[in-house]
Amino acid sequence: MAKQLHIFVENSPGRLKAITENLQKIGANIRAFAIQDRGDFGLMKLIVSDPEQAYLALADKGCACALKDVLAISVPDSCGNLHKLLSALADNKINIIDAHGFVLQPNNKGVCILEIENITQTNAENVVKNAGFEILDDQQLYNL
Amino acid sequence: MEIRYWNKEIETADRKTIQAVQLQKLKAMVASALHTPFYKRKLPTVGINSPDDIKSLDDLKKIPLASKEDLRQNYPKGFLAVDTSEVVRIHTSSGTTGIPTVIYLSAADLDAATDIMARSIVATGATRGDVLQNMMSYGLFTGGLCMHYGAERVGLMVIPAAGGNTKRQIQLMKDFGTTVLHITPSYLLHIHSTLAEFGTSVKDLSLKKAFIGAEPHSENTRKKIEELYGIDAYNSYGLSEMNGPGVAFECVYKNDLHLWEDAYILEIIDPQTGDPVPDGQEGEVVLTNLIRHAMPLMRYRTRDRAFVHTSPCPCGRTHRRISRILGRTDDMLIINGVNVFPSQIEEVIMKIPEVGTNYQIYVEKQGSLDKLIVKVELYSKMFLGEAKQIDKLKAKISDELRASITIKPVIELHEPGVLPVFEGKAVRVVDKREKL
Repeated sequence: MAKQLHIFVENSPGRLKAITENLQKIGANIRAFAIQDRGDFGLMKLIVSDPEQAYLALADKGCACALKDVLAISVPDSCGNLHKLLSALADNKINIIDAHGFVLQPNNKGVCILEIENITQTNAENVVKNAGFEILDDQQLYNL
Repeated sequence: MEIRYWNKEIETADRKTIQAVQLQKLKAMVASALHTPFYKRKLPTVGINSPDDIKSLDDLKKIPLASKEDLRQNYPKGFLAVDTSEVVRIHTSSGTTGIPTVIYLSAADLDAATDIMARSIVATGATRGDVLQNMMSYGLFTGGLCMHYGAERVGLMVIPAAGGNTKRQIQLMKDFGTTVLHITPSYLLHIHSTLAEFGTSVKDLSLKKAFIGAEPHSENTRKKIEELYGIDAYNSYGLSEMNGPGVAFECVYKNDLHLWEDAYILEIIDPQTGDPVPDGQEGEVVLTNLIRHAMPLMRYRTRDRAFVHTSPCPCGRTHRRISRILGRTDDMLIINGVNVFPSQIEEVIMKIPEVGTNYQIYVEKQGSLDKLIVKVELYSKMFLGEAKQIDKLKAKISDELRASITIKPVIELHEPGVLPVFEGKAVRVVDKREKL
């Protein structure tokens, strides 16, 4: 399963920049990111080239961060595909905590990152595969 | 101006008479005190083994000063002079940390405290026919119940509304023609700003007076209240250790507060040296309770700063007046009338593993009311990467603080290392409210 780096950030100017600055210093490449907004704070969620290394570098700076298991799913960029994926999860009563998606040019490859509630206790991976989607592992994801 | 008295003889007694009463009551109090574990230890060390060792009021100085820390260390029964079967009421208040302080009242003590409260109410001109809406907290806090008893004794109609629920408070004022409020100044100002929202204006109300207390306030605050409502506002002073409100109260001249010297011996000391300061000079108020025998408390350091007036008051009362409370000699915060020690907040925060050791306490005004903001840092190693964890943590900090200090703070959770770090003495408390 792929790893996503979650960082606690308070909602004030310059806090995100402090994170990207530290990642730049260690040569980490950010492939995708999203921010879960909770008012006075947020979680910055990053797909990076080497999540372990990025995690250790930020933790060393005292950042409150954690690596979370996520499903990185290849979703072809055409009409109805996300709906098909979400329908399969819904039919199996699998809850999505948070999600973001991105499309990589030039081959229009769509990737959907899903945070699943209690992921280890669900059969989310099989559900997704059975619905006809490819799950990307760490290497595939970071080498896209 | 019509001057009413509750007990004219003692309220207008000459100095010599008041002092004679004080001496006689002090001897009786020392006799009671010698039944308590605390004073049984303390008084013999200063040569007081019986009430006869108090020969003049000067001998008061021999009695050691008592502090909130003494009350805390001797919780719950170190100051109790009687069997608990003699006690009819207790009140507790928050201590500087998790341990509260307690006071005990016998039936006779309660009667005496009620009488002093009645005297305070009458001094403002309030009387039978007035309707008192008592908006202080009832329960363990002395503010609500003690005023309630005093007002009933005078014969006012009492509405035991307690605090909060502004809409209902306004409705009660309208339905029952409330003429007198007992309330914190900040809440009274807040209510004014909500009148329009509830379709009411001051002219729909029958208010004549407000007893404002439980939190220090400036003369400007009083004037603002009087102008906004078209009423007279009387400053009230008390503390639970001295039985609650009614220790000192303003008369109709609103010329600072008569401290009832036949019930309390007043001293003003230099908080550093403990020496008495001259009349008119600011210092710490020290009080000896002369009317509570179930739990004697003598020369108690209130930590409140004030000075004494010696000039006569046109009302004819001879009991000396103290100024409004000018501040504290410790770090206690008074937030919407509730006493809060920073150490209580620290104790709660430090028990929560998900927060770091650095914190700050902010107090500011939100409209007329005080707002307490507790800023803490997330402890990085405890972060699991989920927003839900943060939401739960904030609720937990808020709930646990509320359980300890009784008011609900706003919790600001910060990233590790963001709050200022201090070399030397940390500035943990930032009070942005207007200084008196």
